[in-house]
Amino acid sequence: MDYKPVIGLEAHIELKTKSKMFCNCSADYFGKAPNSHTCPVCLGLPGALPVSNQKAIEWCLMIGLALNCKVRNFSKFDRKNYFYPDLPKGYQISQYDIPFSEAGEIKLKNNKTIRITRVHMEEDTGKLLHLNEDSTLIDFNRSGVPLVEIVTEPDFESSEDVNEFLKKLQLMVRYLGVSNADMEKGEMRLEPNISLKFSTSNQLPSYKVEIKNINSFRFAEKAINYELKRQAELLKSGETPAQETRGWDEKKQKTVSQRQKEEAHDYRYFPEPDIPPFTFDEKYIRELSAQIPELPDAKIQRFQKQYSLPYYDAEILTREKELANSYEEVAKIGNTKGINPKQIANYIINKKVDPINFEPAKIIDEILKGKTEEINESELDNILDKVIMDNTKAVEDFKAGKEQALMFLIGQVIKMAGRKLDSNLIREEIKEKIK
Amino acid sequence: MKLNELSIKQAVEGLKSKKFSSVDLLKACLGQIKAKDKSLNAFITVTEKEALGQAKRSDNLISQKADLPLLGIPISLKDLYLTKGIKTTAASNVLKDYIPQYDATVVSKLKNAGAVLIGKVNCDAWAHGSSGENSDFGPTKNPWNEEYVPGGSSSGSAVSVAANMCIAATGTDTGGSIRHPASFCNVVGLKPTYGRVSRYGIVAMASSLDSIGHFTKTVEDSAIFLNVTAGKDQMDSTTPDTKVDNYLEDLNRGVKDLRIGIPKEYFMEGLDPRIKERIEKAIKLYEKNGAKIVDISLPHSKYAIACYYIIQPSEVSSNLARYDGIRYGNTRPHFGDEAKRRIMLGTFTLSAGYYDAYYKKAMKVRTLIMQDFDKAFAKVDVILTPVSPTLPWKIEEKVNDPLGMYLSDIFTVTANLAGIPGLAIPAGFINGLPIGFQILGPRFSEKTLFRVGNFFERNYKSGL
Repeated sequence: MDYKPVIGLEAHIELKTKSKMFCNCSADYFGKAPNSHTCPVCLGLPGALPVSNQKAIEWCLMIGLALNCKVRNFSKFDRKNYFYPDLPKGYQISQYDIPFSEAGEIKLKNNKTIRITRVHMEEDTGKLLHLNEDSTLIDFNRSGVPLVEIVTEPDFESSEDVNEFLKKLQLMVRYLGVSNADMEKGEMRLEPNISLKFSTSNQLPSYKVEIKNINSFRFAEKAINYELKRQAELLKSGETPAQETRGWDEKKQKTVSQRQKEEAHDYRYFPEPDIPPFTFDEKYIRELSAQIPELPDAKIQRFQKQYSLPYYDAEILTREKELANSYEEVAKIGNTKGINPKQIANYIINKKVDPINFEPAKIIDEILKGKTEEINESELDNILDKVIMDNTKAVEDFKAGKEQALMFLIGQVIKMAGRKLDSNLIREEIKEKIK
Repeated sequence: MKLNELSIKQAVEGLKSKKFSSVDLLKACLGQIKAKDKSLNAFITVTEKEALGQAKRSDNLISQKADLPLLGIPISLKDLYLTKGIKTTAASNVLKDYIPQYDATVVSKLKNAGAVLIGKVNCDAWAHGSSGENSDFGPTKNPWNEEYVPGGSSSGSAVSVAANMCIAATGTDTGGSIRHPASFCNVVGLKPTYGRVSRYGIVAMASSLDSIGHFTKTVEDSAIFLNVTAGKDQMDSTTPDTKVDNYLEDLNRGVKDLRIGIPKEYFMEGLDPRIKERIEKAIKLYEKNGAKIVDISLPHSKYAIACYYIIQPSEVSSNLARYDGIRYGNTRPHFGDEAKRRIMLGTFTLSAGYYDAYYKKAMKVRTLIMQDFDKAFAKVDVILTPVSPTLPWKIEEKVNDPLGMYLSDIFTVTANLAGIPGLAIPAGFINGLPIGFQILGPRFSEKTLFRVGNFFERNYKSGL
């Protein structure tokens, strides 16, 4: 019996707004002295009240729009009630039944569609630092940092799909300029849920396993592959894997059970009474859409068309927004100097040009310096024949495996032509002739 | 007349004309606290030293001809109002040693208006109660007869004003917690429109119902006070931009042609006939002076207590979750019975599988109650009703009857559910115990409520 993976994703992305989600504290907490970015609101002190960060809401809506979601005209915050020491209010302000946006989709390279269930806004929690068995410290610098949660439908069928999606998502939020989505810093966090079904079945499996503690794309891939294998073995032996939360243990290279679903929380959601609900009219949504820059997928397509680039080049050039912009600038100048966009792409990709600190004019100069001249086929043919005849010794040496002899022959061809020629081209031509 | 018996208006005039100093005024209040509070138990903390500093500063400012609305006026704060560096307990053992790091917005506004903050007053712990007996710091007693409760939850606030231990006091009203003790203690109590006064820095009870108001000796004082506290606060997103009126403007306009609605549902069974008779006399007084009395109906009022006792504990259970034993020094067993009861009720009504049947349904009923008022206010300018169905009861009489205690809020909770303002006006005494009525108006109609209240205050004779 064959099994088919059923994988869904929950991703959290920390926004890089100046201030936190519900107070004026700086949201830039990474590496700062513990509890130095705190106030009554993010410490959850008695009497403190949340006031929403408009920018964060706007950015959350933009992520939704970029994922082709529909923005709700009416939305609100809810309280998610649960106890944990890093949650000073005893509840997290989140969204329950009316997320800011929902029902989007993203296409993968293989044309598979991944449906986006919802994109909602919430606040991050504090951080616990376990000193030893008896004591744990709490740092509330992260408490209240704006967090966007993206939930997909269980549409992934492999870890490669997941990986591609995650890279796309990361690049997208970087393009939007709303998050650095650095996984090592916890700015992007993933929780895949994984199960297997019979490949002939149309129904979702009766269980699912959620995986936490994933802080790199590589771990995600390894954890998913490990989990698929583990579950397949259980199923083959006639067992149904338990519904549970497991964590990826990088040292042991395996997932480890953390929490069985029997202890699942009842979060007692209810509308957050401290924040009035929101209405987003069509005009506002249109204005927001207009602010969304060209996103990676569209840019790749345009580069392929506008600059006659292969997908491979276009994809590399759009991996960073700055690099893509730099490329376009150089291409514009190149156009006036008779350098074609593909040559520029080659140069930028091969030389790994620094996308931030670069000068377009200098790049053009360098390309021009390295530029070779054209030679027509019959002229080249004549020169090649002559050089091969005049240098039989070198030809024999090359055939005997002396690579240097070939360099000598190339030099002779260029000398006889009397101008700068593309040595790669000549190399291939000589090889062809004396083969 | 003793200085501590003055109203805000009288005291401000006396201070300005140098008849006495702010320090004199404060000392008169402190003297009264020393004389009376041992038995009344209105204060949890008396901030004598800080208040003296503020009074001296006030006297300096007065000599420089500064013109601030509350300059030099001793005011007490319900112990739910956070005061920087001064213990704030919510009258609960959970917070019995808690010293806040910031001032509530209203506390800052009072300070900026020149007020002298004389102390923190007792209440039902976390504002849970209608008698003041749920305080972990002992019950506050009714100054008109110490065997009786002063009403709650803002018990100490009402008593501190009624017993002249200060000139005015702040309170909170989630289901009647200002109007109820005001009417039990013969003082004026205002529950403003929801959102009119900032909640920032005040220990939350039920966030969608909490209204931040005050106790004064006169209606005019209540207007002076609201002129200071009302307005948008950047720290509280439930305070709208709606223009703040000058609440003193219409005070003496009289009631000619004013339409006063009398809802039949508030004058039925359960209302003490003596209170009913007294209120009917008040209605007659208005009618005699040109007001139009209109019989109205608020048909969903009968569901108000049920609806309130779902929404309120739900929010309470969430708001009290932060006192989890990790911070603030004291663990959860320090919660009293009433807080535990509401935490359990609210946790239940919000639980998966029950949410729709309880919380969601209650929110629908709440909308119906709001619509009742909207419809009524299309026909009348204000509504007049009793505050409490009964006279003050004896201490301990209802402590084992939480449901009976809940029912004492039957006429007040509707205003909180609808978010409208209510002003409790004293209407004399029955058997030596005070009674009062309330005037309700549409959202942001406080100016009209003061006008209606002030008319009664100026024209009624105690023999009414």
